[in-house]
Amino acid sequence: MISEIISNLELSEIRDAVEANKRLDGRKNDEFRDIKIETGVIAKAEGSAVVTMGKSKVIAGVKISVGTPFNDRPNEGVLMVNAELSPMAHNTFEAGRPGEVAVELARVVDRSIREAGVMDTKKLCIEAGEAVWIVNIDFYPLNADGNLFDAGTLAAMAALKTAKMPTYDKETKILNRENMKNAVPMDCTVVASTFAKIGDKMVVDPTMHEEYASVARLTVGIRDGNIVALQKGGNGGLTSEQIDDALTRAIKHSKNLLKHIK
Amino acid sequence: MGDEKPKFLIKGGKRLDGRKPEDVRPIQIKMGVVPNADGSAEVIFGKTRVIATVYGPRELHPRHQVINERARVRVRYDMMTFSVEDRKRPGPGRRETEISKVLAEALTRVVITEKYPTRAIDVFVTVVQADASTRVAGLNAASLALADAGIPMRDLVVSLSFGKSYDEKGQGHMVVDLEKEEDNWGMGDIAYAVAPALGEVLLLQMDGDVTLEEFKKGKTMADKAALEIYEMQKRALKARYEEGSK
Amino acid sequence: MSENVENRQLVVPGKILAKGMEFLPGDGAYRDQDEIRASVLGLVNFKGRAIKVIPLNGKYLPKRDDPVIGIITEVGYNSWNLDINATYTARMLVGDASDRYIDTNRHKLASVFGVGDAVICQIKKVDENMAVFVTARGPGLRKVHDGKLVYVNAAKIPRIIGKGASMVKMIKEYTETRMFVGQNGIVWIQGGNEELAEKAVLKIEAEAHLVGLTDKMEQFLSKESGKTINRDEPKPEPEAVAEGTEEKKEEGE
Repeated sequence: MISEIISNLELSEIRDAVEANKRLDGRKNDEFRDIKIETGVIAKAEGSAVVTMGKSKVIAGVKISVGTPFNDRPNEGVLMVNAELSPMAHNTFEAGRPGEVAVELARVVDRSIREAGVMDTKKLCIEAGEAVWIVNIDFYPLNADGNLFDAGTLAAMAALKTAKMPTYDKETKILNRENMKNAVPMDCTVVASTFAKIGDKMVVDPTMHEEYASVARLTVGIRDGNIVALQKGGNGGLTSEQIDDALTRAIKHSKNLLKHIK
Repeated sequence: MGDEKPKFLIKGGKRLDGRKPEDVRPIQIKMGVVPNADGSAEVIFGKTRVIATVYGPRELHPRHQVINERARVRVRYDMMTFSVEDRKRPGPGRRETEISKVLAEALTRVVITEKYPTRAIDVFVTVVQADASTRVAGLNAASLALADAGIPMRDLVVSLSFGKSYDEKGQGHMVVDLEKEEDNWGMGDIAYAVAPALGEVLLLQMDGDVTLEEFKKGKTMADKAALEIYEMQKRALKARYEEGSK
Repeated sequence: MSENVENRQLVVPGKILAKGMEFLPGDGAYRDQDEIRASVLGLVNFKGRAIKVIPLNGKYLPKRDDPVIGIITEVGYNSWNLDINATYTARMLVGDASDRYIDTNRHKLASVFGVGDAVICQIKKVDENMAVFVTARGPGLRKVHDGKLVYVNAAKIPRIIGKGASMVKMIKEYTETRMFVGQNGIVWIQGGNEELAEKAVLKIEAEAHLVGLTDKMEQFLSKESGKTINRDEPKPEPEAVAEGTEEKKEEGE
């Protein structure tokens, strides 16, 4: 496929399949693809993970450094999540400045993780006003086949959970990444479930072609059974019932997703 | 790690990681690692890991880059932020842009570009983990990914680094396939690529200080190691289909 | 046979296939002074004095008269643009859309072919600048309204068609479907057991480089469909000719 245009035949095939609750890859509308997580894949990173979700594959790495805090928050460290839609992963991804798709993806995953209070940034303070830990999580799709929101969130969480803190000498100001032992201070785990609206059905974990066939999308971030982040995308609207349906199902799915990053 | 200059990089004929001067690190090649791409390969040299993906021949944007008589081979070399000790800023900078250019030129020599007027053949070289010699590992991966994509080529491109390391007396010795410490502290670092069947050198970049004799000696060592890598490339390509051929 | 390689040998780009001027390079091969070398990863094929290499992967390069399936991506004032799953996109002029006259002042072109429509067409012309023109005028050429499209690697299409269309005939027999195989790697399947036909096509794609594929596919189709088809006549595939030469037509280079 050259463009984002898929044939009307395939569009109607996808819609019919969703209507019959048997999607083209055999899944029910409320089924995720098989998920595999591998951690500790990058020796240079403080934490790392590769998440495979069907044909979508995402790699995430954590880098931890020391910097100065923001003026208005002198005793808080910084946690940042960034997504790079490298053109290596799909025909339609373009080189150059991050487009709006990449920016939305990064911001939604970033928000889920921060708003959920995954990390109390006060614990990242080394010396108020002077030195704090800066935790960067970057993720890249290695092969894109839809639902990078959930795969990216999982990869970021799995990388963070297995990350180790460097040590820092306040006197000499030397950062040491050898023999890292201590885990990163984490307070909870967040997972996301994304739904695509196809016809009037909400299907979870859409493939890329299902995303093309959908009119709207809803990503739901869940922590401890509570909703901590929401993002609606796409030109179509959602009914109140469709939203409630997605939220209920996201809470249910969160339990399974959490099992993968225990 | 890497902050203090080691007393020696080579001692008693052995390098810091135990290799002899003429040894390359353990090399692994994985084909088809990115199914979305028209061709892809991952090449691992010790702790250096690079993925190359190929898309094309396909329509070329922007239009002013179009070449009427042939395809344009474009390379985008980039490093993942967490591939290095200190987080790298996302996206290619000046270093990456220069590397992209010389890699594209090396590949343009072997790709039969005349077959696809006006098109782009896009090669994305992504460093997943860096432990020196990333551009040469990437060039091997790019060569494999192009062949995997079925793009007509005059030859494969085989690439490695060589350089000069000092012993405990400060004496220089030529070595092939530099790892991080040798790259940081060595007396010369040369990126090198050949098209073995054509008998041509396609990449040559150096910084450091070597005599003509040393350069020639290093090049002879590199040529020998290149043949090993060439055989590995051929095996990796054939292994995708071997079963069915005679 | 040359002294350097055998028929059906798997070779990589740069491999010497023959020395001297006795042979001519075909597709997938090139001349480098007095040597003929492979330019693609694939299987060596000798045909008289020509040596070619049949690629195992690669995008479709449009050739005149090839039947293809295109997806409309843009509707213009007097033409359409089509994605033909190839190295080049294609254009269809209004006069090539239908046997009947389309008055562009009175008809909207989108009512003939709209964005996303799949059209069975034929490559009409490839000009020197590689501008590709397709036509939907001709027997069997038309827009498809139902069924499904299966995308495969275009390099595997000759195997999916089979010698004298034997493979595609066999799939149609067992699955009772209608099929159209585009040279560009898009296969249209409609009616009957579409799912089994799709599976069969994808299985051939995955195993295209293996020998004895026809027998294997017959067994597979028979088992999956629960049908047996008596073959009174000898198999359409003459065993004397090497496999991997099953192109629909020989390329004239």
